[in-house]
Order: sequence, then structure tokens, then C-alpha cells
Amino acid sequence: MPDGRHEPEQAIAGTGMGGTMDLGVDEAEALEKRPGGGGGPGPEGKPRSLWSDAWRDLRRNPVFIVFALVILFLVFISLWPSAITSGSPLTCDLSRAQEGSRSGHPFGFDGQGCDVYTRTVYGARTSVAVGVLATLGVAVLGSVLGALAGFFGGVGDSVLSRITDVFFAIPVVLGGLVLLSVITSNTVWPVIGFIVLLGWPQLSRIARGSVITAKQNDYVQAARALGASNSRLLLRHIAPNAVAPVIVVATIALGTYIALEATLSYLGVGLKPPSVSWGIDISAASPYIRNAPHALLWPSGALAITVLAFIMLGDAVRDALDPKLR
Amino acid sequence: MGRYVVRRLLQMIPVFIGATLLIFLMVNVMGDPIAGLCGERQCDPATAARLEQEFGLDEPVWQQYLTYMGNVFTGDFGTAFNGQEVTELMATAFPVTIRLTLIAILFEIVIGVTLGVVTGLRRGSPVDTGVLLLTLVVISVPTFVTGLLLQLLLGVKWGWIRPSVSSEAPFDELILPGLVLASVSLAYVTRLTRTSIAENRRSDYVRTAVAKGLPRHRVVVRHLLRNSLIPVVTFIGADIGFLMGGAIVTERIFNIHGVGYQLYQGILRQNTQTVVGFVTVLVLVFLVANLIVDLLYAVLDPRIRYA
Repeated sequence: MPDGRHEPEQAIAGTGMGGTMDLGVDEAEALEKRPGGGGGPGPEGKPRSLWSDAWRDLRRNPVFIVFALVILFLVFISLWPSAITSGSPLTCDLSRAQEGSRSGHPFGFDGQGCDVYTRTVYGARTSVAVGVLATLGVAVLGSVLGALAGFFGGVGDSVLSRITDVFFAIPVVLGGLVLLSVITSNTVWPVIGFIVLLGWPQLSRIARGSVITAKQNDYVQAARALGASNSRLLLRHIAPNAVAPVIVVATIALGTYIALEATLSYLGVGLKPPSVSWGIDISAASPYIRNAPHALLWPSGALAITVLAFIMLGDAVRDALDPKLR
Repeated sequence: MGRYVVRRLLQMIPVFIGATLLIFLMVNVMGDPIAGLCGERQCDPATAARLEQEFGLDEPVWQQYLTYMGNVFTGDFGTAFNGQEVTELMATAFPVTIRLTLIAILFEIVIGVTLGVVTGLRRGSPVDTGVLLLTLVVISVPTFVTGLLLQLLLGVKWGWIRPSVSSEAPFDELILPGLVLASVSLAYVTRLTRTSIAENRRSDYVRTAVAKGLPRHRVVVRHLLRNSLIPVVTFIGADIGFLMGGAIVTERIFNIHGVGYQLYQGILRQNTQTVVGFVTVLVLVFLVANLIVDLLYAVLDPRIRYA
């Protein structure tokens, strides 16, 4: 791990297991200064953009490459799980319940006699789907509301700030239990909807702070003086310069949303069988923990690696986008 | 200072009302509070109507909310549908969860801050890298997985502790659950302290303190730590509410009969009064903890003054 890496705490803290916290997330604070590193004009002498510069940094970062490959692999198996498995995750043979590893079934069998390897592979689909879709929802809703509040200020801004305060005061897992316990749907949508509902305030705070910082820049004042409309100011001048912290926090949040889905499924309110989810499998395996620990360990390991991959990716992107380096 | 406290208390009111109203609506609109009363079968309409009238469920939701809040402020949290007073449930559940939270916070302060100071002072050393990697792993593994694994290893395989906690839940049985509950926050506290220490180490006042010949431990504790702890205090303060709400997972793993257990039961049985009552108290705890943290700033950092 490179020295002086950036701390993810301010960014991830709000979506930890089961709680919301207002740490006064400030992207300037979160983007801690890193000693050394690239910057300045490119070899051709042309000034590079923030994004090409960041991409150059990322390509050289081994941490980024390793975890980006892990994520690509996860996306691949969630799109085509049959590429590396032969059976169906729902074909179970009760007579083989709790059996250990054997040829053709490297991870053994769980308490219902289902193949743990197949179920672990198919579980990736749920996690990736929930993570990606929930993050998209949170990012769009949160950044639009936050950007508008930050740009226009006034009463709308105050109201939005109070609303986010309200959402921060509700513990996430608790809200999930209350809201999701009455829903009987067996799709990923209620879980995604719930995460968007409780996740957007975090992103809207980041976007708001970021837009307020960007709108004070001279080029924005200049554009305004030249008669640019509000929508042009926001879309052409402010958004490109305010979007970096949102992307970083959203990437890290993606990992924590995956963990949240698993936690809710573990508690029995997220996804329900016959859906295939790591949280369901871990919950189902916990009573047999004495006789068949492998049924618990494989999905847990897969879950941990997935969450870790997204958090590390977000961390690496933060390193690369650090504006203080330029 | 007094005026600041009053202003903060006034600001808490809309947040409190909003959060409780939101939970109240979730419970009432989403669920059917009567359904839980007739067990597994459908309530017959006459009984349902009678029960609705008895619990005031036939009134509009806003009316129910106002009545409920009016009662709460006179200390009446209502009756759970099994006839037990919700305050009675709270009296048995909260001490357990408070003990659990206290242990978790002690772990955060003692282990988290210590590791943070050690790594912050030795940036780039193998110890630093090792601890940083460990914190990342702890952050990435969800709490319920950490809990189940530690329960498997310490409780079942090695037999160091009892895998589940007895109903009295004394302090010594709560040590491992407390560590599990604290684990993610512990990692954050370590990283936060580390960043803060490493940043302040280069500051002028530390150089001055070293230059005037103060012993190293005095520089670290009195000068460096006091200035570096401000973000950590914010985090731990906000964490109190988070830990009490997040205890629901830990309490389920170790079968602890605390707030999380009661809430879980209340939600499963669609017991409106229990759920809303407990959540109301948790929201209050969260808000008050945040207020206390803000006031603590002035103690830790004399530069901060509240007019």
C-alpha cells in the first residue's frame, strides 16, 4: 500500500453497518494531501485535464489494477454465472446436506444440500445488481438535489439541510427492518428503493458542498458576467468541477451498500429465498456453524472481498483525483 | 454558551419531529398493526374494528401521531399489544444495550486511539502498513460476518467464551459482543487518529514544544493528542447513536436481550408501540450525543468559543 494514502473514513462513515452519521463531510478535508506524485503539464507540453491526469495515475497504481480486475471478474460472473458453473443454485439434494468439499463441488454443500460453489457464484449477481443500481439511484437523486440546493441557496437549501438531518437521525438497519419487513416482494427493487431513500442525503451533502465551493470560482463569476444562464453555469462550468468528490464517495458507498443488502438479507428483511444472495446463505448457514462452517465461510469471504474491492477502488480514485496534487 | 445551547436545542426539535414522524408513518402506513394480534390467521372484521377502536387506530394518522407524542412527553410510551408497558420493556432492554455500547466505546477509545497514535507517529513503518491493512479488512467485512466468525472461533472451536449471552448480560459476557459491535468504528477511529496525528505532527506548536525540551510523552499527550482528538471526538459522539441502533445485528448473533432484540421482536410482531417508542428514544440519544460532542469541542479546543 502506498504511503500517505487518503483516509476513507469521512466518506464511508455514513454508510457503515446500521447507522447514519453526520461527520460534516467535507470533500476538502477528505481529500488529504499526498506527498509526491505526478502533476503539471504532460510530456507534450499541453496542460492535461483532471480526468486524463487521474487516469494516468490510476493505470500506474497496482492497488487500482488488482481491485479493478476483481470488480471486472465480479461483473462478468454476475452477467454470465453459467460460464464458470454447471448446476443451478436452486438444485439441492437434501441427502448431501452439510457435506464437505469433494471433486466437482469444491466448496461443499450447505444445510439444504445445495452446492455452495454454485450459490456463491450466483450470489454475486444480486450483490452487484443491488450495489450498482442503488448507487446510481443515490448518485442521481443526491447530486441533483444537492447541486440545486448548493447553487440556488435560500429557503430550498435550508429545507433540504433539515430534511437530510432527519434522515441522518434514523439508524439505517432499523429503518430497513421497519420498512422492508412488511414488503413481500421477492425482487431486488424494494431493497434498492430503500437504500436510495436512506442513502441520498449523504450524497446530496457532498454535492452541495462541492457546488458551493465551485460556484465561487472566478471563471464562474466571469461566465455569469458574460450573461450565461443558470443552467449553463451549472452544467457547463460548475458540474464538471464539482463531480469528483461525488464519484469518489459513490464508489466507496457502492461497497457499503452491498454490505447493507447482505446485512438486511441476514436479518430476514432484505431478499428472501428462493432469491440467491450471500446474506441469505450466511444467515442459513449460521445455525450449522458447528458442523458445516464451510457453508458460512465461502459466501462470507466472497462478500468481504467484494466490499473490499469497491472500497479500495474508491480510495484509489480519490488518490488520483486529489485536486491538491495539481 | 447558554444561547448556543438554546439555539441547538431549538434546532433539534424539527429533526426530532421529522424522524419520529417518518418512523411512525413507516410503521402505520406500511404495516397493519392489527394483523399481528390475531396470530397467523386473518382477524375477523368485528374483532379488528373493536381492536382498532381500542388502540385509537381508527383515527387519522396525524391525530394518532399527536396523541402518541403527547403521551410520550408525559412519560407514557403506551402498552405493547401483549399488555406489557413499553416503559417496562425499555427498563429491561436499555441497561443491557447501554452496557454493550459502553464496552464498544471503551474499545474504540483505548485500542483505536492507541493504534492511531502509534501508527500516526510511525508513518510508513511496517507496523503502520500492517495496521492500515488490518483496518481495511475490518471495514470491508460486514459486522455480522465478523461476529459469526469470532463466535465460531472463540466460542465454538476454542471454547474461550460462551457462544451466547445469558439474559442478565453481565459485563464480562459482553466483552466479545462489544468488540464485534465496535469493530468497524474501531477501524475508523484508528485511521482518523492516525491522519490527524500525522497532520499535526508537522505543526509549529509541536516543533516549539520539542525545541523547548519537553519530554516526548508530554509533547505527544498534552500537545499533539489534545489537538488531534477533535475529529475523533466528533466521530465517537456520533457513533453512540449508531452503535445503539447497530446493536440490532450484534444482539441477534449473540442472543443478547437488549434494545435490538426488543425492536426485532416488535417489528416481527408488528408491534407499533414498541417499535416507535424504542426508535424515539434512540433518535433522542443520537441528537443529545451530537449536542454533547459539539459542546465538548470548546473543552478540547480553547480556540472554539460559542457566543
